[in-house]
Amino acid sequence: MKKKSGHKLVGLEKRKAVAGYCFIAPFIIGFLVFMIRPFFQSLYMSFTTVELGAGKFDMIWCGIENYFFSFRKDPDYVRLLTEELLRMVLYSFAIIVFSFFVSLILNQKFHGRALVRAVFFLPVILSSGVMLGLESNNQLVATLQQTVEEATVGISVTDGLKTILTTAGVGTRAFEWVFEVIDNIYDVALASGIQIIIFLSGLQTIPKSMYEAADIEGCTAWESLWKVTFPMISSLFLVNWVYTVVDFCMRSDNEVIDKIQKIMIEQQNYGAASAMTWIYFLIVIAFVGVTSLAISKGVYYGD
Amino acid sequence: MINVDIKKDTFWDRNAKSGGYLFRKKAVEVTVAICRFILLFGLSFLILQPVLNKISVSFMTEEDLFDPIVISIPVHFTTANYTLAAEIMNYKQGFLNSLVISLTTSIVQIAMCTLVGYGFARFKFPLKKLWFAFVMLVIVIPPQVISNSLFLSFRFFDIFGIIKMIKGESLNLRGSIIPYYMMCLGCMGLKDGLYIYMIRQFFRNIPVDMEEAAYVDGCGMLRTFVTIMLPEAKPIITSCFLFSFVWQWTDGFYSRMFLGTTTLVSTSISRIVDSLGAYMQRILGVTVTISQAYSNCILSTGTLMVVGPVLILYLFAQRQFVESISSSGIKM
Repeated sequence: MKKKSGHKLVGLEKRKAVAGYCFIAPFIIGFLVFMIRPFFQSLYMSFTTVELGAGKFDMIWCGIENYFFSFRKDPDYVRLLTEELLRMVLYSFAIIVFSFFVSLILNQKFHGRALVRAVFFLPVILSSGVMLGLESNNQLVATLQQTVEEATVGISVTDGLKTILTTAGVGTRAFEWVFEVIDNIYDVALASGIQIIIFLSGLQTIPKSMYEAADIEGCTAWESLWKVTFPMISSLFLVNWVYTVVDFCMRSDNEVIDKIQKIMIEQQNYGAASAMTWIYFLIVIAFVGVTSLAISKGVYYGD
Repeated sequence: MINVDIKKDTFWDRNAKSGGYLFRKKAVEVTVAICRFILLFGLSFLILQPVLNKISVSFMTEEDLFDPIVISIPVHFTTANYTLAAEIMNYKQGFLNSLVISLTTSIVQIAMCTLVGYGFARFKFPLKKLWFAFVMLVIVIPPQVISNSLFLSFRFFDIFGIIKMIKGESLNLRGSIIPYYMMCLGCMGLKDGLYIYMIRQFFRNIPVDMEEAAYVDGCGMLRTFVTIMLPEAKPIITSCFLFSFVWQWTDGFYSRMFLGTTTLVSTSISRIVDSLGAYMQRILGVTVTISQAYSNCILSTGTLMVVGPVLILYLFAQRQFVESISSSGIKM
C-alpha cells in the first residue's frame, strides 16, 4: 500500500519537509535575529570599546583590554565571580540531592499527599523573578532569623554537631559547606520545585513489577532504592542537573549579573560588561558540559 | 456466627501466629509515617512561613512592629499598609499594565511555541537535529549573555538602514513594548526554549493515527493542526500559558531591559523601599528617616499584593501547573 510510486512518496515527503520548515520558521527567524546576531555581536563587543553617539554607536577594537579590566582593575568582579561559582556548585548539588529525596518521600502513599506536593511546588510560582531578591533583602525576616539563631546557640542540633566536628578537626572545610547548606535549607527548598516534579514523574513510570521482583529476591527497601530506583531515573538526574545549574545563573539575586547590569546601565561601559558576561558564561558552560558528560556516562538508558 | 468467630482473632493473636513479624511490620510502618509527617510538616512550614509571616506583618501598625509582645497577631489591626503600598506602587496602573502585557506576551509566546513544538514533533525535514540542538542551546544560554547587545540594537533600532533613510536617524525602541513582542514572535521570550521542549514532548506522545486519517481524507497540514491536534494539546497549552503568565508577571530582567518606563508591578516592587522614602518626603515636606521595620512592613505588604493574584491563580489551577510537567514525560 505504501509503495504507490516513487515520485509520489518523494512529493509527499518534500511537502512534509516544507511544511515542517514553515512550522518552525518563527523559531529560525527569531533564533537568527535575536540569538545568533546578538550572541556574536556581544562577543565582538567584548573586544571593543563602545562609544555612544547621537543616533548610533561605534565599536572601537581594543583587544583584550576589557578582559584585563575585569580581572585586574575591577575591585569586585573576581571576588563576586568565585563566590557565585562556588555557590552555584554547592547549591546545585544540594538541590539535586534534596529534590531526589523529597520526591522519594512524596511518591509514597499517605494522606494529604496532594497538599504537600502543592506546597512544594508553590515556590516555583512565588519565588520567581524579582521576588527572590526581595526575600533575601528583607531585613525584618533577617533580623528575626538572627534573633532565633542567637537564642538557640548551643541548643540547635546543627550547632552542637558543628562544635563537636570542628573540635575533632577532621575535614573542617567540607563540614562547613555541608552546614552552610543545612543552614540555608530554605533557599534549597525554594529552588527545587520543578526538579521534584520531574523526579516524581520519572518515579511514576517505574513499573511496580520491578520492585516486586526485587522484593522476592530478598532485596531490602534500601537496596532496591539504589539498584532499581536510582538507575531507572538516572537520566532525569542529567536533565535536572542542567536545569538547576542554568536556572541558578538566571536567578535575580545573582550578584555577578547584578554587577554586570550595573556596569552596563549605570556606567554605560558596554565593552567591559560584555567581557564580564562572556567570562561568566564560558565558565558556566564549560562546567555544565564537563559535568553533564560525566553524568551521562553513568546514565542507564534501559533497553 | 462463624464469621464473628474468625474476626475475634485479634491483632495480637495474629501477631503470635506470624512469630512477631506482624507487630514489627506495623511498628516500622507507624514509625516511618511519623518521621515522614514530621519531616514534611517541617519543610512545608519552612516554605509557607515567610508568606504567613508577611500576611501577619502586613496588618500591623508601626506601633505593633516595635512591640515585643506582638509576634504574629496584630493588636492594632489595620489595612492602612495596603492603601499606602498601593499608592506608592501606583498599583492600579501597574496591575493593569502587568495584566495586559503578561496576557498578550504569553498568548503570543505560547502560540508561536506550539507551532514550533508541533513542527519538531511531527515533521521530518533536513537539519532537524541541528535546529533542535539550537532549541536546547536557547534553553541553556542565559539571556544575560546577549542582553547588552540586544539593549544596544533596540536603543538604535534599524532594519538594514531603511528607517535611517526615511527618518534621518535610527529609532529608539527602548522603553517601548514593541521589541519584546518581536522577540516573543520569534520564540525568544522568557523561557521560550523550555515551552517548545515541553510542547514537543507532549505532541510526540499523541498517536499519529488521527492525523494520518485526516491526511487520507484530504485535510491540509495546517487545517489538521488547527482542528485536530490543537484540541488534543489543550492541557499542555493551558499549563504552558499559565507558566508563561506567572513568570512574566514576576519577571524583572526583561521588564527592566525593555520596559524601563512602564509601570509594572514587578519593577515597582523592587523599588518600593526607595519610593517609600520619596513619598514620605513629598507628603511631609521634610526628609524623614523611615525605620527599617516599617519599610520592611511596607515591602512585605507590597510583595503580598504582587503575588496575590498569582497565588489565587495557582490555588485554582494547581493541577494544570503540576501535571503539565509530569505528563510531558521529560527525558534526555
